[in-house]
Amino acid sequence: MSLERAAHRMRLRAVRMAEGKGEGYVGQGLQTADVLAVLFGVELRLAGTGGEDRFLLSTGHYSIGLWAAFAEAGLLAEADLDHYGRDGHPVAMSTIDGALPGVELTGGSLGHGPGVAAGLALGLRMRGSDGRVFVYLSDGELQEGSVWEAAMFASARELSNLWAVVDINRTQADGPLVLEVEPCAAKFRAFGWSCVEADGHDIGALLAALDELRGRPGPKALICYTEIGHGVRLIAERERAHFVRVGDDEWEQVRRELEGTAP
Amino acid sequence: MTAPAAGPLSQALLELAPDHPDLLAVSADVVKYTDLAAFAARYPDRVLNVGMAEQNLVAVAAGLAKAGFVPFATTFGVFATRRALDFIEIQAALNGTNVKICGGLPGVMSTFGPTHQAIDDLAHLRAVPGLTVIDPCDAAEMRAAAVAAYHHDGPVYLRLLLDKAAPLPEPRAPFRIGEAVRLAEGTDVAIVASSFLVGLALAAAQRLAGEGISAAVLKVSTLRPFDAPAVAALASGVSAVVTAENHTVVGGLASSVAEVLAREGLGRPLRAVGVQDQWGPLGSFEYVTAHHGLTEDAIAAAAHDALRAAEAGAGAVSR
Repeated sequence: MSLERAAHRMRLRAVRMAEGKGEGYVGQGLQTADVLAVLFGVELRLAGTGGEDRFLLSTGHYSIGLWAAFAEAGLLAEADLDHYGRDGHPVAMSTIDGALPGVELTGGSLGHGPGVAAGLALGLRMRGSDGRVFVYLSDGELQEGSVWEAAMFASARELSNLWAVVDINRTQADGPLVLEVEPCAAKFRAFGWSCVEADGHDIGALLAALDELRGRPGPKALICYTEIGHGVRLIAERERAHFVRVGDDEWEQVRRELEGTAP
Repeated sequence: MTAPAAGPLSQALLELAPDHPDLLAVSADVVKYTDLAAFAARYPDRVLNVGMAEQNLVAVAAGLAKAGFVPFATTFGVFATRRALDFIEIQAALNGTNVKICGGLPGVMSTFGPTHQAIDDLAHLRAVPGLTVIDPCDAAEMRAAAVAAYHHDGPVYLRLLLDKAAPLPEPRAPFRIGEAVRLAEGTDVAIVASSFLVGLALAAAQRLAGEGISAAVLKVSTLRPFDAPAVAALASGVSAVVTAENHTVVGGLASSVAEVLAREGLGRPLRAVGVQDQWGPLGSFEYVTAHHGLTEDAIAAAAHDALRAAEAGAGAVSR
């Protein structure tokens, strides 16, 4: 129940950030809240906070979800979120490596995360570290060939400390997936990865999937099926858009709906 | 089986390896063709092959750098810049990542034609903020540049000039990143040269001396950061300037020199020896360099042409 509450707080933060900016990737902030609540709440033991794990957000424009998770994990102050997307502030619409503690990748150009994560995972193993590298990517991103260069490399080098979290929202910049990516799990398995699918909005299922992957060999992929704007009908039901427009007069309704669904 | 011979890159890595455990080499299926074989024979655990995947080469190298290693990532220059440019720009240059991208077969060094001749790599990379770009002039400098690249904290693109360049006369000034070196003094025309054309420029200057023309020669082995003060000082003492590079004349050394002349208000006729904005043939080094005019003859002819233009210009002004 505490993870559901964390995810709910992260959704409220995403709405607050997007409303403050007047626009933004609010749909992705709502969509990623459950998965990131689980990862940052119970799974990751991040370097800099007593552990050796690393988290690389390849899908840079999902930063709104990352900032919400950072605030939940105590890596960012709540007040910092008010600066989301403001000129000159590192709580930005995308991620630049090192702009804030915990930001480990420049993620705006899609398809970069898996290869960097694979190199980092290999490097940590060579250094004798027990740290794991988590890379978060999206389904549209799977259309980039570099993802599969990295996927082939990771299994050939048996990078069992590399975890990919693949967020399938079936949306990309031009709208609903313009190029089919399924069967996604079969693709990763064919590339030599251990792979489990889960409902990306079911906390229990996500926890179980992570547990199932834990003992499996080689690189691991958690494939999460999500819904853009999940938790707010006004946004989820709007035309499936990569960058959802919310009218100035609609934010109150968005907030009311979300507050009414507190777990 | 005998160990493969070490060329200048392997020599540099073999020299660095014992005292620098963070040194690694990564290659995209060209260990043998980018002079890593001797290093790999001695340190097999410090050479990684990512296969034929240049984007992943740069990404993996960046990840290894994040884990505290200093990777030398080798591919051919064409593939580094044409296939992996986005990764070099973002994961190496923007992030200031400590990776050394090594581009094999620079300029027209490949016999395999336009697909393998990196005639445009410098133009692409000269425009990338935060990247150091080195184009060595012979094997000895190649080795020194690799050592310097290791000690430079930040992303470097290093053109792998492994052979075919005539060695510079010794003794020579120590190689320093960003420093152009005056190899010959002259008062009529200045030849600014890079890569294997430095040796040809020195020979051309000697020939010009026999024809009564005093030619200075400046070796430019770092294209970025560019030693603009050295070029400006050189150009201010002559009437005309020639550039000579193993690259297209668009966006590389000729463009860099032209920018300095314009910025400093140094109106000097400029002639550019290099690939003349065209694709070239497959074929032997001799055939390809003759085709493109990357020769001592072409440098001397360009010097004459530039000086004629300077004289005509001076006449025009006096009228």
